[in-house]
Amino acid sequence: MNKKGQHWLVQPKNISRLRVVFAVVLVLCVAAGFLVHQHVYFGVDGIFGFYAWFGLITCLLMIVVAKVIGIMIKRPDNYYDQQS
Amino acid sequence: MINLAPGLIMIAGGLLLPVIAKRFRNAVILALPVLVLVLIWLVPEGVVWSFTYLDYELIPLKGTGVGKLFATVFAVMAFAGALYGLHQARLFELCAAYVYAGSAIGVTFCGDVISLFVFWEIMAIASTAVIWAAGTDSAYRASMRYLLLHLFGGVLLMVGFAGQVAETGSIAFGQMQADSLSRWLILAGFLINAGAPPFSAWIADAYPEGSPSGTVFLSAFTTKTAVYVLLVGFPGTAVLVPVGLYMIFYGIIYALLENDMRRILAYSIVNQVGFMVTGIGLGTEMALNGVASHAFAHIIYKALLLMSAGAVLYQTGKRKCTDLGGLFQSMPVTTICGIIGALAISSFPFTSGFISKSMISQSAADQHLAVVWFLLMAASAGVFLHAGIKFPWYVFFQKDSGLRPADPPWNMRIAMWLFAFLCIALGVYPAPLYALLPFPVDYEPYTAAHLVGQFQLLLFAGLAFFLMLPQMKRTLTISLDFDWFYRRFGAAVAGEFTIKTFSARDGLEIRVRKGIARLISGLYRHHGPKGILSQSWPVGSMVFAVVVLLGAYLIFYYL
Repeated sequence: MNKKGQHWLVQPKNISRLRVVFAVVLVLCVAAGFLVHQHVYFGVDGIFGFYAWFGLITCLLMIVVAKVIGIMIKRPDNYYDQQS
Repeated sequence: MINLAPGLIMIAGGLLLPVIAKRFRNAVILALPVLVLVLIWLVPEGVVWSFTYLDYELIPLKGTGVGKLFATVFAVMAFAGALYGLHQARLFELCAAYVYAGSAIGVTFCGDVISLFVFWEIMAIASTAVIWAAGTDSAYRASMRYLLLHLFGGVLLMVGFAGQVAETGSIAFGQMQADSLSRWLILAGFLINAGAPPFSAWIADAYPEGSPSGTVFLSAFTTKTAVYVLLVGFPGTAVLVPVGLYMIFYGIIYALLENDMRRILAYSIVNQVGFMVTGIGLGTEMALNGVASHAFAHIIYKALLLMSAGAVLYQTGKRKCTDLGGLFQSMPVTTICGIIGALAISSFPFTSGFISKSMISQSAADQHLAVVWFLLMAASAGVFLHAGIKFPWYVFFQKDSGLRPADPPWNMRIAMWLFAFLCIALGVYPAPLYALLPFPVDYEPYTAAHLVGQFQLLLFAGLAFFLMLPQMKRTLTISLDFDWFYRRFGAAVAGEFTIKTFSARDGLEIRVRKGIARLISGLYRHHGPKGILSQSWPVGSMVFAVVVLLGAYLIFYYL
């Protein structure tokens, strides 16, 4: 902890450092794709960095779909407590 | 000695707990699951105990490899759950949990459908009691909804079993094809307990209402016994693949929308059981191995996640992500154990999820099922999204909520360390688990290609989470689900029609009341203190009556 009593993990300068570390790990992880040979089952999964971009795109998609569905089905959390 | 059914011992132990002297009770609570585990491993292969009842040969104890695998993890779970709740849970909850665990173990040793049904129903009642033990009004109501649904599932199962026995004359429980109405009903009864659509809502409705330790127990048994009976009864049933995939994405979407930390984890139970149901539908040896090992691993990491959530609830009394955050500063043990559970559920390399779930997706690839494989890959990334990051992030990090609770008491910490250790141990050294699987394992999880692929998938899922963080802001909401039909729609229909029946009943009641009042006042008029029939008559009138009578007698005599 520093003089402000903040945990090192929540100090702004360390957060930006963590961002850099995360970016480096992501790059290394994709670069490791050069070193290994992925077994290709369906063609598309043979494109370079398939698992990386597939994971990213599908996750973004899932969040968007959840948001859209959420517009319809979200209710205040005391919904069932109110007398119908 | 060998004939002792482990499930029945566990149930009997649970029922006897309250009469055991207090100073021995904790020792008995911890020793019982260990004893049961030993008994499980003493059960030899094949039929051990059978007896004739009403012309049927019941087989309550039959040793099978896959049954023992499930029974083992159930016993381990009972031990860790009891350790976790040793000083915190009510005695009633521990008793119910042991009966619950015992009936789940009982199911895994059943050789016939009648004894299976008996254990199945004990499980439904005991699990209801576990929810009930939380002691809150909302837990009571949730437990009643839960019980109604499970009794409905039990009815389907009973009808299916009865039809099956009528058709084939056999009560044996084994592999079936979904080719007749009764088989479909059996399948439906099993699937309700697995949380399949449309009845997926009960898991997120009922389980998070349990006490901190109650929810840990609840997460383990009901859905995984359903996986066990599906694995034994319906391997390779094609319809299970779309059902499982639906459950997977249902779990992800609802967990992403959820604000209650334990509901997030409840939705992810549906998601994880979806992987298992899909694997059962694929039905290859590798897929079924994947299902069995994934069920084993899942019970442990899911219990660990709910233990860490339970620790937060126990220490803070709060369960909503909007109220939590920043707890890592004062709860390091809970945070680390929660993160280990989160990594394991996400199939992170060197955790138990990595060595089990990948067998299911691998078998989809081997069968060249492109759509299934792509969906499973997306789902694996989605698990990291909704449980792997979302749970620890919103509970232990995100904003600082200002809460500074300490780590939970020692027994809760030890239970968490134990399961955290198992999550990593199974991931690093999967050989003992692989040796227990129903088929010989021809799979090597730790190849460079698999490691790189999995790291890419998960880390970029993590990137997606942090890119979309502003969109993921928690709101004080719940999400409507199929249970709306029986909680709101059904109530509204009933309410609508009772407006008429109520007034009709009212009119009837008024008339009946008036009739009764008339009857009473009539009785009062004639028999009351001033009633004509209850007055005392003067002696003179009596004499007069006698004279008339005698006179009449005289007249008749002369006639």
